[in-house]
Amino acid sequence: MNSPRFNNFVNWILARFPLTKVWNEHLAEYYAPKNFNFWYFFGSLALLVLVNQFATGIMLTINYKPDSALAFDSVEYIMRDVDWGWLIRYMHSTGASAFFIVVYLHMFRGLLYGSFKKPRELVWIFGMLIYVCLMAEAFMGYLLPWGQMSYWGAQVIISLFSAIPIVGEDLSLWIRGDYVVADATLNRFFAFHVAAIPLVLVLLVFLHIVALHQVGSNNPDGIEIKENKGPDGIPVDGIPFHPYYTVKDIVGICVFVFFFSVVLFYMPELEGYFLEHANFIPADPLQTPEHIAPLWYFTPFYAILRAVPDKFAGVLAMGGAIFVLFLLPWLDTVKVKSIRYRGGIYKKALFLFVISFFGLGYLGMQAPTPSATIAARFLTVVYFSFFLLMPIYTRWEKFKTVPKRLTSNSSIGDQLPLIKQAVSDITQDTVVTTKSGKTLHLKTPNPSGLRSASVDLAKKMKDSLD
Amino acid sequence: MKTLLTVIFSLFAFTCSASGKTELMHADIDLSDNVSLKRGAEHYVTYCLGCHSAKHIRYLRIAEDFELNEDVVLKDIAPVGASIYDSMLSAMDKHDSKRWFGNVPPDLSLIARSRGSDWLYTYLKSFYRDNTKTHGTNNALFKDVGMPNVLWKLQGEQVPHYSDAENQIISSLSLARPGELSPSEFDTVVTDLVNFLDYVGEPAKLKRQQMGKYVLFFILILGFIGYLLKKEYWKDIH
Repeated sequence: MNSPRFNNFVNWILARFPLTKVWNEHLAEYYAPKNFNFWYFFGSLALLVLVNQFATGIMLTINYKPDSALAFDSVEYIMRDVDWGWLIRYMHSTGASAFFIVVYLHMFRGLLYGSFKKPRELVWIFGMLIYVCLMAEAFMGYLLPWGQMSYWGAQVIISLFSAIPIVGEDLSLWIRGDYVVADATLNRFFAFHVAAIPLVLVLLVFLHIVALHQVGSNNPDGIEIKENKGPDGIPVDGIPFHPYYTVKDIVGICVFVFFFSVVLFYMPELEGYFLEHANFIPADPLQTPEHIAPLWYFTPFYAILRAVPDKFAGVLAMGGAIFVLFLLPWLDTVKVKSIRYRGGIYKKALFLFVISFFGLGYLGMQAPTPSATIAARFLTVVYFSFFLLMPIYTRWEKFKTVPKRLTSNSSIGDQLPLIKQAVSDITQDTVVTTKSGKTLHLKTPNPSGLRSASVDLAKKMKDSLD
Repeated sequence: MKTLLTVIFSLFAFTCSASGKTELMHADIDLSDNVSLKRGAEHYVTYCLGCHSAKHIRYLRIAEDFELNEDVVLKDIAPVGASIYDSMLSAMDKHDSKRWFGNVPPDLSLIARSRGSDWLYTYLKSFYRDNTKTHGTNNALFKDVGMPNVLWKLQGEQVPHYSDAENQIISSLSLARPGELSPSEFDTVVTDLVNFLDYVGEPAKLKRQQMGKYVLFFILILGFIGYLLKKEYWKDIH
């Protein structure tokens, strides 16, 4: 590779394109805090899933037909007659759900460690725009298989626009291109799903990363590593992203792909959570399914929509539930970033928020009953209180002292003795003699050990909330 | 905090309370059992194809997947006159079927995916005599279904026993008149049929499951090597 001809070629490129500069700025000389933990895998995983969606999506469009008379059958054609078509389709459908899992965890990381706070407000805003785009992308993509749930899900969601006063009816008509969801709707959703939104998505991801690399990554301690630079001008607690985090992310990717493959090869429908059973019935405009529910990633917002008695107010609440996330950097004005040094009041509030999000997600999947509606209303109040009361309840927060330098993370190797200790605490050795005269040393559960271990665990969890 | 949690949990318990649904019987199917699948295909053509197409499957694919000779498929499975390249299409006219059954019988290519194999198994075994219906039968799982009991000759006639006669809530069905087959033989027929429908729902299913373990094994090895690489690179970071 060191031949003069190759060097000449490289120099020719470098004289015309800042390849080295880009490489250094974003990888080899981008200094990231050295104490990233589990929560910091999901950014690179989101990028991986994005690439997966692009690659498999392009391959799907080769055989998919955006025509209401052909769409359903063309998907089955891909599943049966296209070589490896089933694999490509499952990678795309599993990838859609995986995208939301990864993105929700990525956003939750932001809540944990205050990654949206000054100076990273723009990183958060771009991220939120990505999230909104992703929702549009998922919603429009879900119409394309043209199954019963595709059809009626789109029908319900588009009809929400008609709740808007004065322009509502015309607006929903304009979106559909017809009086009901029909061929015209399928065609335009296809255009948006495969061209318009992906373009915006790529642009936003670019902006998200550029904005991040301008200010630098946050970390589990919420300390700015740039405030503590060595004589060479490099943050003392920073390490180059490449190779350190590239090799680390490979491990994260393998773990992720493992779980991804378990779903893909053994349960691609995931009991109807990733592919709904009713979507294997072709769309029938004359037959409304008994129970229409969106896929799991929309259900928290769907539950909020249904919790509000008035339709238009419900639409506003649903939009507000997403919009309020945009305001987060200005709602949470506490200087301390990481949850490690924040007061119990924020931890408890965040805990309640997580419960409300999961609870709403569950309720959004169920058919509405009067008691479920009451529960959804209660959880909707909890959801909004977490954000809107933030300027008030954070006033009483008592912070811990934030260290000047990063604290180190314990690795799996360090934790092994602790795990061994925990196992020996909750088990006891018993010697059993079998009929053939052999003695076996068995580990059996130790009731008193289990009891004290669970008490300890409960105490620890209570302490961690203070 | 505590009261809040209690409220939340009690609300969940409230909403999760069971709804009275018919319990499904378990279909003991095996997609790798080519003999059962072949019998299922034969039964499908004999008893179902008259009304129900399965347009997403071709006889050629059946021959390939069940490891059968094409001639055997044409002789034993496909209806007379069908080509090996044909899809499993029903000859019934849509207008006729609408007149006869009040509905066009659905295509069954994906019925195992939308309903599930246990549902199909239970459904096919839940027909009973009901003289108020045009076809003389009703179904305990799918009330007032338009489809008559096409397997009555094999199964015989079942009669319902009500736990709540006023609201017509059926507790069990029992055989009033035996059919050509014994109950266990009939169960095999239904199992074979459901097995075939499950195959038709996703012909690649068996291949997918067989492939999975190799993919997972590869990822485990790759992850292990990746972990060693990470440890090597990170050993001087403290």
